[in-house]
Amino acid sequence: MKKMIKVGMAEFKTAKTPDVLTTLGLGSCIGICLYDKQAKIAGLAHIMLPSSTQIKNNSNKAKFADTAIKMLLSDIIDLGAARRKIVAKIAGGAQMFAFSNNANDLMKIGFRNAEATKSILQECRIPILSEDTGGNYGRTIEFDPSNGDLLIKTIGHGVKTI
Amino acid sequence: MDNNSNSIKDIHFDVLKEIGNIGAGNAATSLSKLMNRKIDMTLPLVRILELNEVAASLGGEENIVAGIYFQMDGDLNGFIMFLLDIESSKNLTNILMGREDSTQELDEMDKSALQEVGNILSGAYISSLSSLTHLNIKISVPSLCIDMAGAILSVPAIYFSQISDKILLINTELCEGDKQVNANFLLIPDFDSFKTLMKSLGVSL
Repeated sequence: MKKMIKVGMAEFKTAKTPDVLTTLGLGSCIGICLYDKQAKIAGLAHIMLPSSTQIKNNSNKAKFADTAIKMLLSDIIDLGAARRKIVAKIAGGAQMFAFSNNANDLMKIGFRNAEATKSILQECRIPILSEDTGGNYGRTIEFDPSNGDLLIKTIGHGVKTI
Repeated sequence: MDNNSNSIKDIHFDVLKEIGNIGAGNAATSLSKLMNRKIDMTLPLVRILELNEVAASLGGEENIVAGIYFQMDGDLNGFIMFLLDIESSKNLTNILMGREDSTQELDEMDKSALQEVGNILSGAYISSLSSLTHLNIKISVPSLCIDMAGAILSVPAIYFSQISDKILLINTELCEGDKQVNANFLLIPDFDSFKTLMKSLGVSL
């Protein structure tokens, strides 16, 4: 029986085929999917901020790109994924509100989240197979560990699989 | 709430709640004056929610909502956001323009009207906050976004998560005749401004 496992903001979860991982309404946050296609094991993290080292309120490790990726990686390895076969797909990092004066760092948080995610994945030597980041619109994503497809749904910007 | 000494305590939330009550009352009064019509307002419901619960309170992460965003600067930095579902947005623009448009589509005129109402409401809110605290607060022009609730909420959630894992949401219902507008309001000062705000009200951190 196929289950849809929902990952909330600042959470991460793992799944084995035939279950599917989903996160709804990603804005400036990033959905990070790590998976081993052969073992059909995957994990999805919904991160909010680039780095746990930059702010004091950092007890929730799932909130940050750096700590969430490392914890998710160790969880899917525990589930049976082979470390060297793990690859990633990422989506999100939009800038929802536009301002002519873009001096505020917060306004670029989507972009900063995407950059941090990519550099941490690179540091962990996890290849990024595909990504759909940026823009000014929200995304709902579904990851299927059976085939590694990441389905992306939007309001007014179509549906695609990456 | 974590044990971090920088986290928000109950007393601080109580203060924010009270500011919410006063500000929302003033906002409804100015809207009523502008339209020269009686606008009823329910007592604001101020709730402290977990990040994950906010979207659910707005009909789920994928529910389409309108968000109107303002940046604050001056003595307080941070931002203000109004959130309305599509039905409420349409009712609000119908009240403002004195018309009956039963479609649920928001055209350019509606979007412009929403930003203007947002301007009036947040201006009233800020002026009451300003006179209460004697702080000089300025707000930016509005920025409107119509998209999934989860995506819009990611902006305040990210901002607020740097102080706390909880978020303060003020919900109020405005009525004009049979038209109801369910409005949600978020006031999010940055961490230093949060201290300034508490200090100006005589609450120690």
